[in-house]
Amino acid sequence: MRGIVVRRAYSALVALARGIEQWSLVILMIVLWELGVRFAWIDGNLFPPPSKIFQALIDLAKLGLLWKDIVASVWRVVIGFLIATVCAVSLATLLARWRRLARYVMPIIEIIRPISVIAWIPIAILWFGLGDKPAWFIIFLGSFFPIFTNTYLGIRSVEPIHVQAAQCFGAGRLLFVRKVLLPSALPYILAGMRVGLGVGWMCVIAAELIAATSGLGYMIQTARVLIETEKVLAGMITIGVIGLAMNHLMLLLERKLTPWSHHAV
Amino acid sequence: MGDILVRNVSKTFEGGALHSKVVAVDNVSCEIAQGEFLCIIGPSGCGKTTLLHMLAGFTGPSSGEVVSDGKVVTQPGPERIVMFQEYGLFPWMTVAENIEFGLEAKGLPREERRSLVAHYVNLVGLTGFENRYPRHISGGMKQRVSIARALAPDPQAILMDEPFAALDSLTRDVMQEEILSIWGATKKTFVLITHNIDEAIFLGDRVLVMTHRPGRIKEMLKIELPRPRDASIRSSDRQFLQYREHLANSLRKEVRSFVDEESNAGHRG
Repeated sequence: MRGIVVRRAYSALVALARGIEQWSLVILMIVLWELGVRFAWIDGNLFPPPSKIFQALIDLAKLGLLWKDIVASVWRVVIGFLIATVCAVSLATLLARWRRLARYVMPIIEIIRPISVIAWIPIAILWFGLGDKPAWFIIFLGSFFPIFTNTYLGIRSVEPIHVQAAQCFGAGRLLFVRKVLLPSALPYILAGMRVGLGVGWMCVIAAELIAATSGLGYMIQTARVLIETEKVLAGMITIGVIGLAMNHLMLLLERKLTPWSHHAV
Repeated sequence: MGDILVRNVSKTFEGGALHSKVVAVDNVSCEIAQGEFLCIIGPSGCGKTTLLHMLAGFTGPSSGEVVSDGKVVTQPGPERIVMFQEYGLFPWMTVAENIEFGLEAKGLPREERRSLVAHYVNLVGLTGFENRYPRHISGGMKQRVSIARALAPDPQAILMDEPFAALDSLTRDVMQEEILSIWGATKKTFVLITHNIDEAIFLGDRVLVMTHRPGRIKEMLKIELPRPRDASIRSSDRQFLQYREHLANSLRKEVRSFVDEESNAGHRG
């Protein structure tokens, strides 16, 4: 028993050391930045030192403001992203299997796709006013295309041999879609969802800069107006950290949902 | 009943270059009796797989017809299950789920599916591996899953497209023996494509030899080796060796024509 505990503690220590080693360049840059401001090599008003940014983060967290903004932003992304996932997966599956319909619908998708989501913000405000709705709409647009494109590719890439096997066993349409088509495309769909969530997270900030009265995007915009540079940077770092966490969550989900495409049973 | 009749079946593919036509199968006729083990042998590209796909119903003949159990074959169906070259297992399903798929397609209730899966897992000796994914098992085991999956829905015929091609020669010998004992136990019609002479003689009631392009029947050889056949006949039985000699001669000319065509194509390219 004690042997196991010691070994676990040791490997945890090794993992920690590895983590520190990987982040060593980041740590070095932070230290140089801090020193640079202290010795007045850099302008502390434009580049507030890490200590000040950290202090701003703590203050915001203490007031409960940071948490409120995070929840507002994340919640918007979750809703927009889920709607996008449902729509993109069903439409892509339909079009990938029904080529004649795809012939007519694809041009519409291809002309909407290159329009930057930023360009949609004015019309979103006109349509939906300020608040959650324009944000959902913008996030939906941003997430939709990566998920759609990947799902379409995934459904198109189903192995002919698997289709033949299903036909051979006399599988009905529902069983075929549920047990063959979708699982076969699932790795593609999940990769698309991971990218889509990332894009959605970028979109929510863009939408909140202009079309909302809460959330991290709104927070950094307000801080900009009050020239609280350290708050702007604190908000940006929060955005980065949450984006990173979301990506890891999706990777975890991928591993959980597609156990057949990974090692170890 | 349950016979498969192949009547004057031809298959022509529209080629890409200069709209040339490729005759893959040319006027093939034969009868496959219920419960027979038929091996089809021929050089690469002789239309063996095309013929098998027409038996399965994946593709229709350009002329002629395939009749199974008194009905003209127009589409694939669970009476004639195909075992594909690279097994065609669903990688996202476990061993048990793969075997269960055909039963689900048949609409059997869960309880019955479970007990049939257990039966066939046991039959092919995969007990303990039910919850593995195909990528985590060996080639020979994948082959067994493929057999169990094909047998489970209780088809009349099992059509095998070079089922042992991807196996090493030792595993191959063992799997041939297992296929033979499963065939003996189930009394289903087995049609097996191969380009291995020993395999064809060891397994088949009859061996159908095909010519190289266009694929015609060169001969139908009846294999009158007593059953059950022991693994040792492959190296020691006089009659076996005579069949081998005969088929090797018969095929040599066809393979020669195939090789010539390949090297001509090589020179042109």
